[in-house]
Amino acid sequence: MTQASPLQHDCPALGQGRAIRLAEGARPEITFYIDGTAAVAQAGDTVLTAILMSRRAVRHAEFGPEERAGFCLMGACQDCWIWTEEGHRLRACSTPIRAGMRLCLAPPDLWPAGMKANLP
Amino acid sequence: MSTVLIVGAGPAGIRAAQMLVQAGLHPVVVDEAARAGGQVYRRPPEGFLRTPAQLYGTEAGKAVRLHRDFDEMVARGQITYLPERSVVALSPKSAADGGGGVAHVLGTDRREVAYDRLILATGATDRLAPVAGWQQAGVYSLGAAQIALKAQGVSLGRRIVLAGTGPLLTLLAYQLVCAGAHVAQVLDTSPLGTQMRGGLRMAAARPWVTARGLRLRARLGRRYKAGVRLEEITGGVGGVEAIRWRDARGHSHMTECDMVGLGWHLRADGHLPDLAGAEFTFSPVYHQWMVQADELGRAGAGLYLAGDGLAILGADGAELAGALAAIACLADLGLSHPSPVGLLRRARRMARFAEGLAQAFPWPAHAVATLSHDTVICRCEGITAGCLRQTATLSGPDANRAKSLSRVGMGRCQGRYCQLAGAEIVAAATAQDVADIGRLRAQPPVRPAPIGAWLRPAGCATDPAARLAPGQRQIPLPDRDI
Ligand code: FES
Repeated sequence: MTQASPLQHDCPALGQGRAIRLAEGARPEITFYIDGTAAVAQAGDTVLTAILMSRRAVRHAEFGPEERAGFCLMGACQDCWIWTEEGHRLRACSTPIRAGMRLCLAPPDLWPAGMKANLP
Repeated sequence: MSTVLIVGAGPAGIRAAQMLVQAGLHPVVVDEAARAGGQVYRRPPEGFLRTPAQLYGTEAGKAVRLHRDFDEMVARGQITYLPERSVVALSPKSAADGGGGVAHVLGTDRREVAYDRLILATGATDRLAPVAGWQQAGVYSLGAAQIALKAQGVSLGRRIVLAGTGPLLTLLAYQLVCAGAHVAQVLDTSPLGTQMRGGLRMAAARPWVTARGLRLRARLGRRYKAGVRLEEITGGVGGVEAIRWRDARGHSHMTECDMVGLGWHLRADGHLPDLAGAEFTFSPVYHQWMVQADELGRAGAGLYLAGDGLAILGADGAELAGALAAIACLADLGLSHPSPVGLLRRARRMARFAEGLAQAFPWPAHAVATLSHDTVICRCEGITAGCLRQTATLSGPDANRAKSLSRVGMGRCQGRYCQLAGAEIVAAATAQDVADIGRLRAQPPVRPAPIGAWLRPAGCATDPAARLAPGQRQIPLPDRDI
């Protein structure tokens, strides 16, 4: 539905996600979607963890060229807000991942054009 | 029966609730987490398998007791527990109107919780000093890296540098190393001499705790460097790639990494106390604004503070402060309560330790004041030190005017991660003491809230099953929040 996310670069060194599991790696797997592409998480992951297993970041900064991957993980900095395909927003660090979730790392098409115009 | 609202279910909030329950009250406890415990004793989601010893190390016993005591109060129906909800605004009533007030509580629904007395145990966040390049993906607060490890079992990078100062710097490095993460470097901005002077006071107050910190530090070996100056976090498309720093002798180093954790001890969270009407003073010890309160935590009529939001004493001190705030509340209600004397004695020892700690691991005021013009101060909106300095010539030495003109402090973190640095820069630019710049006034809502939540009336009950007034319906939030 959304065009390929710029967060999905294919630089070989960056092919892996940011997060790595050090413990608790044997929970049931669930499938969800990042910008229309299927991805795998484990039950109990936050949305932020789930995305960072295969990505380096979760969104673009609105006011700079850089990407963002969360900052505080405790719901205080608001760095990690992303979108669902239906246009809802959610705070990735404090939202548990659920099977079948369809997430967008940029505002989905139904967002007002003005909100998207400022994005790099 | 008086309704006491407790905000926060960490060590302070839990011990406050317990003290009230023992006195026969039925407090309401609102907490943002899915499971009570707070940050230090944060619990992973259901289904995670690590033992308390693996999660909390030497503090496992305390964590288990705290969790158990809270869960028992919930199971026995002794408290009304509202997890996964934030108090985003307060409407306090004047003493002439009988005091108390209404808390606006937001989760998947919005509720208004009327209270007679309010205990705020909202804790602290990491205290952040900007470093050039800290806006990039892969820079996290130290607390974030600890939450990732504790509550998710993940590391946020393959090659990690931790920088800043304070007890969490060492503790987290040790925890990450034990968990198998690759910690390349631990960069402490506090010089060893400073640490030693404060450390003596720490050891005098709590020798065992101080020794434990030193033992952890020793385990880090040559990775740990003291008296460091952080220069820049560099990166590219995928986020952080390296950090440039100078050692205590002034030699320049570059350490490759894909994650940097930053933190300079803690910053007491003042948003809700401010909205509740508390007064603040600039504490030269903690080098930040702290709520004015008496020794038990009384901060106003019917208003009590406990935990790191009151004084940054850490988890042990927070348990004491929670009990003390509840004792003050019971005393003010004219109810019988245990004597605070023993608890106060222990709390004073914690305070002496905390003061030594603040001296050992100071806020890097000078480094912040002299940050380069192009360093981003406000991560939310990418506003630089240069921009803030420019507006300071118009705003003068006033934190709130500087915020209005520059927007530093107006982004969606609401100043939590920029306001201390911002004040330092404005103070330097206007040649004033940072204490004279003032503090940013809190503005509701203190968390981002969908406007739709206010387009419909709120539920008024604290417990949908048992406490809805006749004819009242719980109103879910609209799906769409744009
Ligand atoms: S990472 Fe800070 S709010 Fe989610």
